[in-house]
Amino acid sequence: MSQRQIKVLLAKPGLDGHDVGAKVVVQALLQAGFDVIYTGLRQTPEAIVRAAREADVDVIGLSILSGSHIPLCRRLRDLMFDQALHDKLWIVGGNIPEADRMVLKQLGYRGVFPTGSRTDDIVSFIRENVR
Amino acid sequence: MSSAPTREAPNKPRAVREPVRRVVNESGIEVKPLYTAEDVAASGVPDLSRPGESPFTRGIHPLMYRHRPFTMRQYTGFANAADTNQRFKYLIANGQTGLNVAFDLPTQCGYDSDAPEAMGEVGRVGMAVDTLRDFEIAFDGIDLDAITVSLTVNGSAAILIAMYLAMAERRGYDIAKLRGTAQNDILKEFIGRGTWIFPVDPSVKLVADTIEYCAKVAPKYGPVSVCGYHIRESGATPAEEMGYAFCIAKAYTDAALARGLDIDEFAGRLSFNFNIFGNLFEQVAKFRAGRRLWAKIIRDEYGAKNPSSGWLRMIAGGGGFGLTIEQPENNIVRGAYYALIAALGGAQTMALCCYDEAYTIPTPKAQRLSLRTMQLLIEEVGLTDTVDPLGGSYYVETLTNQMEEKIVEAMKWVDDHGGIVKAVAEGVIQGRVSEYAYRRQRALETGALRKVGVNCYNESEEENPNVELHPYDELGAIAQVQSLRRLKAERDNDAVERTLDKLRADATAGRNVMPAVMQAVKAYATVGEMTRALVDVYGHFREPTRLWRKVA
Repeated sequence: MSQRQIKVLLAKPGLDGHDVGAKVVVQALLQAGFDVIYTGLRQTPEAIVRAAREADVDVIGLSILSGSHIPLCRRLRDLMFDQALHDKLWIVGGNIPEADRMVLKQLGYRGVFPTGSRTDDIVSFIRENVR
Repeated sequence: MSSAPTREAPNKPRAVREPVRRVVNESGIEVKPLYTAEDVAASGVPDLSRPGESPFTRGIHPLMYRHRPFTMRQYTGFANAADTNQRFKYLIANGQTGLNVAFDLPTQCGYDSDAPEAMGEVGRVGMAVDTLRDFEIAFDGIDLDAITVSLTVNGSAAILIAMYLAMAERRGYDIAKLRGTAQNDILKEFIGRGTWIFPVDPSVKLVADTIEYCAKVAPKYGPVSVCGYHIRESGATPAEEMGYAFCIAKAYTDAALARGLDIDEFAGRLSFNFNIFGNLFEQVAKFRAGRRLWAKIIRDEYGAKNPSSGWLRMIAGGGGFGLTIEQPENNIVRGAYYALIAALGGAQTMALCCYDEAYTIPTPKAQRLSLRTMQLLIEEVGLTDTVDPLGGSYYVETLTNQMEEKIVEAMKWVDDHGGIVKAVAEGVIQGRVSEYAYRRQRALETGALRKVGVNCYNESEEENPNVELHPYDELGAIAQVQSLRRLKAERDNDAVERTLDKLRADATAGRNVMPAVMQAVKAYATVGEMTRALVDVYGHFREPTRLWRKVA
């Protein structure tokens, strides 16, 4: 684990209003001692990338339950590459069918946490993977 | 804040000599191993009212399901109006007695199908609607007198209610007699579900506009269904679910009274939507206590003369949070118990989340199975024979009295925090509810809260459960955008502009916007165009996210 406090941006891209899980994860990350910025709902991919750059975060976490994770994550991947955020840890959680998990990993989302994931597992994954 | 429900020593089979474990329900009431008449007497003033008599503890009608079983109204909608129309007809052919329309997220958030914000979302979680044309197609061939339609829409509800009324009017229905409901409960959207558009104050103003307009023009139409449901999904306890919903219902009632309406002109058209997962007895007591409390509020605080103004008419359904992605077939069984809860609770309308709904929107087979689950209660196991069959149970009567106290406590908490509108605008309620959600999640992870197939009995027999998924049709989204563009080319665009200007002017002047919305809808203005006209005046809601801090 790095010496300095790990900084996480947790974002809700798109129109999906399911934020129970995102807020639970925010709380779990705070309990773990991370510095957490939660964007709230209805964020455009552009706004998320801007927030990540401005706050200089280590981790960009996305929560999507509407089923639109592939188009949103693809768009975000392109923007994050453009903005040189490719060295950050990208993770995504939500209602993600088995078949889509590999697609997201291929897009560069190293952590994929479908519904039912344990908060402890998310915390350990971040600790182990932040450079 | 109540602690998460706990059941001690969960992993061991119960041994006879173990001390009796302590049980506290989610609402924070300690549950005894046995109840007697003494417990009922100690818990409150005896309630000897009969069903159909104020305060309606046992039911709002004297004969309840013996007269007419609960309406079955599965939440349905996907892709476009034509596909959804087919699904409606399929469900009606299978014995469904009401419709409950699901809209896609762009429609619910006030965007057209061709807006950049709609990318990837058109027709995904519900039916896409851009103009009145979509409503004409969606309800084609469906008799609106024979079946009532409920619109699950909130942020853009004023527009979609107008579309429904305009569509019915064009088909020759007398809208003064038209029944149906819209969810149109924006305050709960700020707490959970999240399809808000405008800031809190103008949002409440729009709800009052719809109540006032319907009271005058469509008096049989239910313009608002106040939802504890999503507040419960977001983390609230059953008592808080009902308490917060009542605070919200009172806020709309106050706003409608401020327009000069009489309480008896509209209160009877307000309805409610509550959740059904969790402890069976606690939920049944919640419904009985809620019915009694709401009747008293409307009668005693608001001075309603007509007893039906205080009816807690409700859809009790869903149970989404109770369902699991793990061992999804278990959800079929859960659904059956949840339906039992709704029936024992005296719901007017029922809907069940389907067993595959933790994955995506349901397949026709899963929807039919939910429908059959409800039909089984009516046809096979005697749930519609006798009114309030749990009435008189020492346990349920005691719990009903205790739940009423807990609901009153939850309402007082809101009042102590400046009232519901302020508490929502500042994010105080959201913070409280999500703290409980976090505790609930931790309790699930530690096993303190037992969940079959999740943290116990979770030996996995198959890695990938065999769930058939409803496919998302990308081509359907493209077709929707194409038909929107065609319609924009064909309609009288000058007329549309004039109606939008009028809408903007009425909103600026603080007038009831519903007449202007009706005119714009009839000119085939789009959901996005009308929403933008209102945003020009009201602005956008900014979500308070500053409250995110570590809970103790």
